[in-house]
Amino acid sequence: MRLEPVADPGLLRMLGLPLLALGATVVVASVLAMLAGANPFATLGLIVKGAAGSKFAALETLNRATPLIFTGLAVAVAFRAKLWNIGAEAQLYAGALMTVVIGTQMGLPGVLAVPAMALAAIVAGAVVLLVPVLLKVRMGVDEVVTTLLFNFIMLLFISLLLEGPLKDPMGMGWPKTESLPREIRLPRLVEGLRLHWGFGLALIAAVAVWVIQTRTTLGYEIRAVGLNPNAARFAGIPVNRVLVKTALLSGGLAALAGFSEVAGLKGNLTLDLSPGFGYTGIIVAMLALLHPLGVVVSAIFVAGVFVGADSMSRAAEVPTYIADISLATALLFMVVAILLTRFRLVRG
Amino acid sequence: MTQTTAAQDVVLRLTGITKRFGKLTANDDIGFALARGEVLALLGENGAGKTTLMNILFGHYTADAGTVEIFGETLPPGAPGAALKAGVGMVHQHFTLAENLSVTENIVLGTQSLWRAGLGRAAARDRIAALSRDFGLAVDPDARVRSLSVGERQRVEILKALYRDARILILDEPTAVLTPQEADALFDTLRRATAQGLSVIFISHKLHEVMAISQRVIVLRHGRVAGEVATADTDRHKLAEMMVGAEVALPHPGLGTPGEVLMELRGVSLPAQGRRSGLAGIDLALRAGQITGIAGVSGNGQSALADVIGGVTAPAGGALVVAGAEVTEWSPRAALDAGVGRIPEDRHATGSIADFTLTENAVLEAYATGQFSRRGWMDWRAARAHAAAIITTYDVRCPGPEARIRLLSGGNMQKLILGRALEAAPRIILANQPVRGLDIGALTYVQERLIAARDAGAAVLLISEDLDEVLALSDVIHVMSAGRLSPAFPRGSMTPARLGAWMAGQGFTDAA
Amino acid sequence: MEIIDILISGSFWAAVLRIASPLIFATMGELICERAGVLNLGIEGIMVIGAFAGWMAVYSGMGLWPGVMVAMAAGMLFGLLHATLTVPLGLSQHVVGLGVTLLATSAAYYAYRLALPQVSSPPRIEPFQPVDIPVLSDLPFLGEALFSQTPLTYLALITAGVVALVLYRTPLGLALRAAGENPAAVEAQGLSVTAIRMGAVIVGSGLMAVGGAFLTMSAFSSFFFEMVNGRGWICIALVVFGAWRPGKAVLGAILFAAFDALQIRMQQTPLGALVPYQVFLMVPYVLSILALVLMSRRAEVPAALMVPYNRGER
Repeated sequence: MRLEPVADPGLLRMLGLPLLALGATVVVASVLAMLAGANPFATLGLIVKGAAGSKFAALETLNRATPLIFTGLAVAVAFRAKLWNIGAEAQLYAGALMTVVIGTQMGLPGVLAVPAMALAAIVAGAVVLLVPVLLKVRMGVDEVVTTLLFNFIMLLFISLLLEGPLKDPMGMGWPKTESLPREIRLPRLVEGLRLHWGFGLALIAAVAVWVIQTRTTLGYEIRAVGLNPNAARFAGIPVNRVLVKTALLSGGLAALAGFSEVAGLKGNLTLDLSPGFGYTGIIVAMLALLHPLGVVVSAIFVAGVFVGADSMSRAAEVPTYIADISLATALLFMVVAILLTRFRLVRG
Repeated sequence: MTQTTAAQDVVLRLTGITKRFGKLTANDDIGFALARGEVLALLGENGAGKTTLMNILFGHYTADAGTVEIFGETLPPGAPGAALKAGVGMVHQHFTLAENLSVTENIVLGTQSLWRAGLGRAAARDRIAALSRDFGLAVDPDARVRSLSVGERQRVEILKALYRDARILILDEPTAVLTPQEADALFDTLRRATAQGLSVIFISHKLHEVMAISQRVIVLRHGRVAGEVATADTDRHKLAEMMVGAEVALPHPGLGTPGEVLMELRGVSLPAQGRRSGLAGIDLALRAGQITGIAGVSGNGQSALADVIGGVTAPAGGALVVAGAEVTEWSPRAALDAGVGRIPEDRHATGSIADFTLTENAVLEAYATGQFSRRGWMDWRAARAHAAAIITTYDVRCPGPEARIRLLSGGNMQKLILGRALEAAPRIILANQPVRGLDIGALTYVQERLIAARDAGAAVLLISEDLDEVLALSDVIHVMSAGRLSPAFPRGSMTPARLGAWMAGQGFTDAA
Repeated sequence: MEIIDILISGSFWAAVLRIASPLIFATMGELICERAGVLNLGIEGIMVIGAFAGWMAVYSGMGLWPGVMVAMAAGMLFGLLHATLTVPLGLSQHVVGLGVTLLATSAAYYAYRLALPQVSSPPRIEPFQPVDIPVLSDLPFLGEALFSQTPLTYLALITAGVVALVLYRTPLGLALRAAGENPAAVEAQGLSVTAIRMGAVIVGSGLMAVGGAFLTMSAFSSFFFEMVNGRGWICIALVVFGAWRPGKAVLGAILFAAFDALQIRMQQTPLGALVPYQVFLMVPYVLSILALVLMSRRAEVPAALMVPYNRGER
């Protein structure tokens, strides 16, 4: 067996194969439900209902999608440049940390506080990714492992702060920070609906990233560096500088997830602020084929699976981890599907 | 040795081999036989189907039709390793050695059961030493391949085949990486081998070598056998004609009219990097209206020289003078800004981005200039127009400017790269192996364009492994050996034999 | 000095070997994969599945050694998945590895929740007990440090020896090392790069899973979420630190474990009490990054690491 390039994949191949991948994922999820002794159709039905069956459910899904859009964009931007940022989790927490620090310690009025928190978050996230990227660029240290390890270090650092200087004196011993004052939180997107401006910001960010990638020289440089760094360097593209810029962009986007969770939803910082949004961002980005606008769609889909599975597991005896397995499966099916849009398996 | 080989003397017979890739027929009804103790040359230009044929022989591809017989046994199709087991050894153009292993380890790799307990190093070493002696293949069996020269590596490749008791040796362009003297040593080894009853298939496109070593020639053209002759009954011109189908008119330009010096290297040095040769105090002047040719066996510092001129590396010592001023900041960008047009050695790895469109590739070196972007915003309309212009002017055959460049043939890809470089109106042109791997049509086209650029006043630096090409096109010729550069020889003042001596390192004063 | 007292105590070095054991298993597993040319980022998840599968097998009535075999088989299954996607299909080893980690981790958690729907405190099994080697365990210092370990620790050290032996002294190891350096060399000698690489990833993943199983079957006696806690990523750093050589990698694991054991003891000293415990917990991760930085320019990386091989494509 051998892979042979497909010169012109055609629309059927381009659309059919990814859909087939999603279909295969549904089959896997059904089998998992059956293993738990549940009726697969009922289980899937409950997941869909829990994700989009009511206005409340749908808004919950969009709220959950918000941080995933940011981390998904962060991963998509970095992976385009073949910069393996697996540290979105750490960057998210860095952003959340700065949001809380600015929001609770500076006493800025609302109009100033929100942009100040966002800016500080972006800077913090960018800096957190800058360290591994500088190690890569200057010393040749592989960024996959360093960004992964930074996730653990960052979480311990946050834990240290939550039990030390940032501990809420009124928190009854819980490791959490003080809450942001009401007036500097992100307002509702639409009055009366439980959906905050973080979602709006995420959509704006997606469009901005798309414009950067397709219309600017930086976007062109990022794609060139990702596809063939040797040719890019030869053509005079400053590869290392592009990687650093990509890191700043990616880290900043991931940090906005933390900002939006704190300022839009939770109000304070705890150690369970993110249930792995940084890692899930990888799935979101891959399912979107690294396309920034696709990230919005896939983030909403992924969030729906999580929200739906949570709701389903309250009703049926199926553990909520069915969502995690299904999404990891979808990721693997999807990379195979993408491969098969470009190559076909032939004999000999 | 004659064309009428007795049946029992046939060691390898190909019959009716046909292989299609989509619309392209790479091998069309190819058939010939190889006799015991003979050197058979397989001649053909790039794209004639030689590589595909060898891949079928070794089971990497399955032929659509036809059979391979070795010592009377038909090989099962598409079974990698069957030819190897049947006693065929191949020395690839790109060596297949693991650099982290020793010579002995590379040779015994795959010759014993993987589930054996030990390697049997001592016995293997003894056998390798005996083979080295018998065939004149000097190499240290305990040396790490990483530390070997190109010539030594080739000897290891031949030893690999002999160690497996190969009775048929296939060598793919074996002299491309050798000095003329090393090539002679290789021919000596081949003569010893055939004297002991081995048979050799010698794949090449160098006519004089084919004439020198083979007894019989099979010429491939467009995937078919275009002719079969006994070497004694033919000559270089007839072979060339068979190879390309008609008398070819390679460009034979008159001498250029040299003008001022546009770029000068004064004692430029660069340390070696791993296996890559550095530069040892090179003096070189590139003049307007002149083609300066660099001859030499690859791996003797040509890449380093190209990197310095193209801006990839700044000189470690000495001075680089461009337009009369010594350069301080040197980068690909700086080189482009100084008017250096570059045709890189490897069009796939450095010259283009396979998954970019022709448009995106066309502006790779100029996207940041005012022509194609303003304040960080790309002007794709201008970029597309530019690509379309190159496609028309340089006759790039492609589906259109929005097609990915990976779909193009090597020749068309090279034309786009050539167009990209020349459209920037460079004063200095770095052409590093500009026609390697191209078919004859694209080859003449590229060469003619370089000559036209010279006549328009550009300084052209032509780096090539092909001595004939350098001799035909250059106004002045330098030879590189071990990172050193010979003095300039005017065209016509040197015979290939004398250049060969320089290529082997004779004549250099070791002042540097 | 307290540190000196700690360093010369046999019990300290016994703890070091205990901490190093899972790392040695998993590091050897990763090393085999990488030597053949495949980066296996599935390691973290494969350790989780190994920890779970081994523990679950024993919890549901199997013996300890059969439990180890179950863990290994589970790891090899995920190794097969990783190998199929990255070797013949040549997909990105980064993406597939992370996908395998996510899949294996969530599969373990799902199965755990299925088997034990509501438990407040994790149930326990009877883990491997220390085995005193006759005579040797009576030696001063060495006896306590080296010869009163659980069988899995002895197995870890033996495994490292076997890996080194196979790698450098057998045709199989030769083929493996060549496959990670220049797969074309392997193919040209009539061997299958695909088979060698897939075999390496599958066997390597089995070892990673045994490393995970050490946690539930020797170090602790229960399975709980997040117990692997980045050990897989640390092992990837250890392979780099060990310059892709088994001996150096084992030394690296022991050195690393020594720092880890030391920080645990330092926490209990009066001086250590002044420092937040999180700082101590950061030590392993910071050390891993330091190891990567130190070795970044020195090591001989397998030349074909992360480069998929497609036959006939030149």
